[in-house]
Amino acid sequence: MSLTEKDKAAVKALWAKISKSVDAIGAEALGRMLLVYPQTKTYFSHWPDLTPGSAPVVSHGKQIMGGVTEAVSKIDNLRGGLLELSELHAFKLRVDPSNFKILAQTIMVVVAAMFPNDFTPEAHVAFDKFLAAVALGLSERYR
Amino acid sequence: MVVWTDFERTTIQDIFSKINYAVVGQAAFSRCLIVYPWTQRYFGGFGNLYNAAAITSNPRVASHGKVIMEALEKAVKDMDNIKATYAELSALHSEKLQVDPDNFMLLGDCLTIVVASQLGKAFTAEVHAAFQKFLAVVVSSLRKQYY
Repeated sequence: MSLTEKDKAAVKALWAKISKSVDAIGAEALGRMLLVYPQTKTYFSHWPDLTPGSAPVVSHGKQIMGGVTEAVSKIDNLRGGLLELSELHAFKLRVDPSNFKILAQTIMVVVAAMFPNDFTPEAHVAFDKFLAAVALGLSERYR
Repeated sequence: MVVWTDFERTTIQDIFSKINYAVVGQAAFSRCLIVYPWTQRYFGGFGNLYNAAAITSNPRVASHGKVIMEALEKAVKDMDNIKATYAELSALHSEKLQVDPDNFMLLGDCLTIVVASQLGKAFTAEVHAAFQKFLAVVVSSLRKQYY
């Protein structure tokens, strides 16, 4: 399921529309993920406050979307371009890769709620493929 | 036994009272066929599904989307007995339609995205969590009769 040129164009077009709101999207997506999929809370037991809108959630949501922004710029080589982030997730954070899908879905729900007219079925399939490719890039160093 | 909070009950009833089944059903089902094209394997008799435009304008897709929403309404109307409500549908999906149950949540995810785009800000994190829980119970009940 590699990204076609059409997919990349669709992702970049969607990104142009949403990029001003990435910090808000990140905060919202992370906060929602912890509430909607409570099993993901296990990775953040060191935070004092896991509720949507709390300081650690907002700041970390921003950090995550920073990573996604980087991925958009490296869309032509996600496997190679995300090696450092992959090592972080593989060796330090040790996040089970099944969780990447969960966060991807949450990000897309937030984008759909905030940009209903832009998140068309065509944009949705391209973005879903892109986030899946990012997840693969992040899993690269796992084993 | 699923335990629903008052908030969850009210939220689910509220969502289903607000949405147009024909519109949301068509949007969610067509998205599923577009975003997860392997799901088309179960709809060989539906005619032209060759691209997103064809799927979006396909009348059988539209009418089946409405059928799905009407079936979900059965669970909404009796939230304490969803497993029993779907016993027959579960057997149907397993024995006759032979649908891979992993596909159920693919449709669920598309439905969530459509509901989110319809409700916008009103689809808060708490509402989202209630909706996801509802879908998880529905999917689990549909999987029950698989063997």
